[in-house]
Amino acid sequence: MTETTTAIRPPRNQWWDVWDQFKTHKGALVGLTIFLTILLGITIGPFLWDLAPTYVDLRARNQGFSLAHPLGTDQLGRDLLARMMAGGKVSLSVGLTAMALAVSLGTTIGVLAGYFKRLEGPLMRLTDLFLALPLLPLLLLMVTLFREPLSQRFGPEGGIFLLIVTAIGATSWMQTARIVRGEVLALKEREFVLAARSIGTPARRMVLRHILPNVMSPIMVSATLGIATAIITESALSFLGLGFPPDFPTWGRLLFDAVDQIQLYPMRVVLPGIAISLTVLSVNYIGDGLRDALDPRIRGR
Amino acid sequence: MADGPQTRLPLLEVDGLKMYFPITAGLFRKKVGDVKAVDDVSFTIYEGETLGLVGESGCGKSTCGRAILRLYEPTAGRVVLAGEDVLAAPPSELRAMRPRMQMVFQDPQASLNPRMTVAGIIGEPLDEHTTLTRAQKLARIYELMDKVGLNRDFANRYPHEFSGGQRQRIGIARALALNPKFIVCDEPIAALDVSIQAQVVNLLEELQDSLGLTYLFISHDLSMVRHIADRVAVMYLGRIVELASRDALYDAPMHPYTQALLSAVPEPDPNAEIDRNRIILKGDVPSPANPPQGCNFCTRCPKVMDICRKVEPRFEEVTPGHFLACHLYQEAAVGAAPSGANPEQSASPQDPNFQQGET
Repeated sequence: MTETTTAIRPPRNQWWDVWDQFKTHKGALVGLTIFLTILLGITIGPFLWDLAPTYVDLRARNQGFSLAHPLGTDQLGRDLLARMMAGGKVSLSVGLTAMALAVSLGTTIGVLAGYFKRLEGPLMRLTDLFLALPLLPLLLLMVTLFREPLSQRFGPEGGIFLLIVTAIGATSWMQTARIVRGEVLALKEREFVLAARSIGTPARRMVLRHILPNVMSPIMVSATLGIATAIITESALSFLGLGFPPDFPTWGRLLFDAVDQIQLYPMRVVLPGIAISLTVLSVNYIGDGLRDALDPRIRGR
Repeated sequence: MADGPQTRLPLLEVDGLKMYFPITAGLFRKKVGDVKAVDDVSFTIYEGETLGLVGESGCGKSTCGRAILRLYEPTAGRVVLAGEDVLAAPPSELRAMRPRMQMVFQDPQASLNPRMTVAGIIGEPLDEHTTLTRAQKLARIYELMDKVGLNRDFANRYPHEFSGGQRQRIGIARALALNPKFIVCDEPIAALDVSIQAQVVNLLEELQDSLGLTYLFISHDLSMVRHIADRVAVMYLGRIVELASRDALYDAPMHPYTQALLSAVPEPDPNAEIDRNRIILKGDVPSPANPPQGCNFCTRCPKVMDICRKVEPRFEEVTPGHFLACHLYQEAAVGAAPSGANPEQSASPQDPNFQQGET
């Protein structure tokens, strides 16, 4: 043993190792770049391109790409670039928030059901109940019941945002809960959990220190898939007229508005479609890279 | 090592320990029976000694070790560690007792959290039970790593980067972190190569000498137990059938099961190996869910008598320090027992003779 000759490194923060591994995943890096570009585009973009997304210019209807309108205009002469940026802001925030809500709800319920035997029955039956609910009628009911009171309280946009995020979050946590519960059940019987018990680790820290880090991979996967589902569900809701008001742009609404004239102006469908696909794809790659980076067994290979 | 345990103080007293796992069946999970993994086990471990616990797979050795540390909730019995009742303690007191009793696990791969660094694993007991500063904690972790022979530079590594023997050293360092008095070694060498086994066992012995540890050494490796243990208990189907000092047990086993078990140890000398007289048991171990009436071993015992199938033998001292549960050596006791005694009654732990007396 050459303890004296080698300098002893003090334990460094684990997140540096995670970042080192993340950097080696090419797909994840490309995904991260694309995602950051989209994020920058929709946050800083409106300041550089200050045409209002709702400004109607009937004389400039259905235009193609030009300097005045880089991505053209729609059937009411609204600038598509401005609408894409405004729509991206809404779609992304709905997607991220609804995903965060669904994943944290699903993880909490899954861990509780898996770790505490007494809670397993009630919580898993609740999960089954939610899985069995017909989603669209439920969303319809939620929107019709709560749209007005929420709009009055938080303003028309804030209210509907809250409603849609809650609606999507509350109806898509079940898969995560089931996956997490299964993983926790398996982990609970592992010897290192027993070892922690022999040390006297209380249940709370047992879950945070031993269980949660080890169920990170499935959570990561369902989170990245969840963003995609949330964006698409929001589009579907907007299409049914249950989402944001008609003049309020989201990627999903832009897509559906343009579907009528897909043969005349295909680019109007393609552009929001590309934006949604790129976001979903980049998030999936980021999730993939993160999952690998978080697993010390894969790290360093 | 050979000095008599009689001069020492008892550190751990186990009295009538029972660990039954319920069997449920049907739609409503009705309890239909018990798996009697540990059935009425009593023994004492003296300070500074190593008690070897041997037996074949599935006889309840590991369950016994885990029940003593209350990693399972035992069905009945009493476990007293240094004057404090482990099984009766409420959760907060039990947590305060944890530093005094630790465990080394069988599978060094499974017993270390794959997502934690070595420093994190060894430091976990310190996080839980001490209020050391970061620097003090690190110093203690390095000290422990030195003690078990791990390079300090390994502190940032993860368990998968180590060999089996090194992982077991990490597990031992974790068990030592809080200066325990008593360590349950649950087959710590079963998953290791023979060359590494010797290293780990020697490490355990060195640590015992330098830190004054007391071990319950669970193993199915009879020659390794002979090497490390001061006294040896033999378990069969959830019960201890024989408990004696190492030399007495290995030189003159009394219980037919112990005799059969010891006859299975391979002999390194090929000439002696030819003459080795193996006692081959017939049949399988009965299910612990449905143990035979009378003596647990009566279905396979080569020296079975009528009484063995009816009356459960008591676990009592036949010669000083030599405890045995066998009718062969209890003629007097059998004669004194009321004829046709209900075997279930004689199995009850209330029977004062059933408990192991102080020697």
